[in-house]
Amino acid sequence: MTIKDDRYTKLLQGLAYTVTVLVSLACLIPFLLILSASLTANESIIREGYHLIPAEFSLEGYKTVFTFPDEVLRAYGVTIITTVTGTALGLFLMTMAGYVLARKDFKYRNGFSFYIYFTTLFGGGLVPWYIMMTKYLQLTDSLKALILPGLMTPFLIILMKNFIRSAVPEELIESAKIDGAGDFRIYWRIVLQLSMPGIATVGLFLALHYWNDWFGSSLFINDPHKYQLQFHLYNVINSASFIANMGAGTGISLGADLPTESTKMAMAIVVTGPILFLYPFVQRYFVKGLTIGAVKG
Amino acid sequence: MHELVRNRVLFLMLLPALLFFLINSYFPMVGVYYAFTQFDFNYGLFDAPFVGLQNFEFLWKSGTLVRLTLNTIGYNLAFIVLGNVIAIACAILLSELRSKWFKKLTQSIMFLPYFVSFVILSVIVYNVFNYDSGFFNTLLAQFGAGPVDVYSKPVVWIFLIILFYLWKNLGYSMVIYLAAITGISEEYYEAAKIDGAHIFQRIWYITVPMLKSTFVVLLLFSLGSIMKGQFDLFYQLIGNNGLLYNTTDILDTYVFRSLKVTFDIGMATAAGLYQSLFGFVLIMTVNYIIRKINDDYALF
Repeated sequence: MTIKDDRYTKLLQGLAYTVTVLVSLACLIPFLLILSASLTANESIIREGYHLIPAEFSLEGYKTVFTFPDEVLRAYGVTIITTVTGTALGLFLMTMAGYVLARKDFKYRNGFSFYIYFTTLFGGGLVPWYIMMTKYLQLTDSLKALILPGLMTPFLIILMKNFIRSAVPEELIESAKIDGAGDFRIYWRIVLQLSMPGIATVGLFLALHYWNDWFGSSLFINDPHKYQLQFHLYNVINSASFIANMGAGTGISLGADLPTESTKMAMAIVVTGPILFLYPFVQRYFVKGLTIGAVKG
Repeated sequence: MHELVRNRVLFLMLLPALLFFLINSYFPMVGVYYAFTQFDFNYGLFDAPFVGLQNFEFLWKSGTLVRLTLNTIGYNLAFIVLGNVIAIACAILLSELRSKWFKKLTQSIMFLPYFVSFVILSVIVYNVFNYDSGFFNTLLAQFGAGPVDVYSKPVVWIFLIILFYLWKNLGYSMVIYLAAITGISEEYYEAAKIDGAHIFQRIWYITVPMLKSTFVVLLLFSLGSIMKGQFDLFYQLIGNNGLLYNTTDILDTYVFRSLKVTFDIGMATAAGLYQSLFGFVLIMTVNYIIRKINDDYALF
């Protein structure tokens, strides 16, 4: 019996290692392809195509990106501004909402919860919302159009409410009230301190949304100076005339034989680099927060 | 009113959220009126000429509505079924790994695609599949085969879209299932071991059934949004490549294109309203049925 058990255990171990290694490779190789292409000479790409290992090493892709760094830097600026403001403001408003909805002595909490939840069940659709934003709120070409729509989601408010419920004991709030602390003070001094893992998770969701957003720019921004980073990259990838345009703005002629293919890939690396760099640190909090949320349902 | 005065601070703290959803979600609901008009940017909301159900009629008669609905639901079903099955399998295998650092490392790698933007995904697809220099065609050439123009083969994209969906979301669902597996008491396994159950039996009779409730919760959550497409995924992979619309157009991409490319506002609103209503009816029905079967799992 134990021998058979041993054999099965070994079999499973083998299977587990094989599958996880293969899946990990599948998750990793696409990034290596981009990295490799960004380090390859453009003629080599045009002649022989993309490879996993650069056929002819060259940094010209990056050189082109940083010859005219204005656009990338500006796009970085826009994305950093929207990410920081959106995450901070969104966190403040959603933790408050979550706290209020988690308070058992708040009489209408179920009604208000449903008011928020209902928006996930039914909506007017993209078009009426778009027309409201552009025609009635006049937010075209405003950074507000990039920040406001992502501030709150019903999912994150409910997640926050559950976090607070599990992290802050009811009796603590009760006793603080008896000691004369106001509702906002309880929120600021007790609830926020105790629900840090939840706040980190919700904050990460928010930051990730803002950092990766391209849709906002594509809907509301006409002025290229206000493009978000991802949308800037999107344009670089999708416009064949990118290099020509970039030269035109500066009055310098760049000729036709510039490393467009490797420039595209170098741009992708420049855009993703910081995320990949931060990823190992961020990922741990994310997993931790999600785990708490999942266990609590 | 008494409550409003007594808990005024709490009300004030909730107010921003209430206003946000009022403006962002409830106001646009009024705008569904556009679906019944011949929209013109020069008119105000209620000045546009009323055309009744003409927009819906056109969507229906041209077959657009049926095709979009089938595509949207079909893809979502594939995402839900494959996504969960593969995530469960990977989570179980990962949880069995003996080496702790290896477990952490592979989990981090599998979670990585979730963090990059869909634009990066489009760069990857471009890198691999573009006709002139894509990695795929380079590989084919090395094996002596001629290049393939993937961008003109609609059927291939069904699989590619599903593949890249799985690629991007596997790590996320896996984390949730891993958390559930970690939560299973060690005692069950010990007892089963003593009773002579080998590892595959322990997995099949303990781990898999214990994941049921997590699975059902995730399943119901995704069934509720089965009419909502993964807009980012489809738009970044397909873009405005008309050759592929038949197999890859979903409601969300159609609405977006009608709004930004063809400027067919009335039609776009009609399609959006249809999507919302259909989704609403679906989720109500699903929830009603679940209530009958097992109240604990009901969404609301």
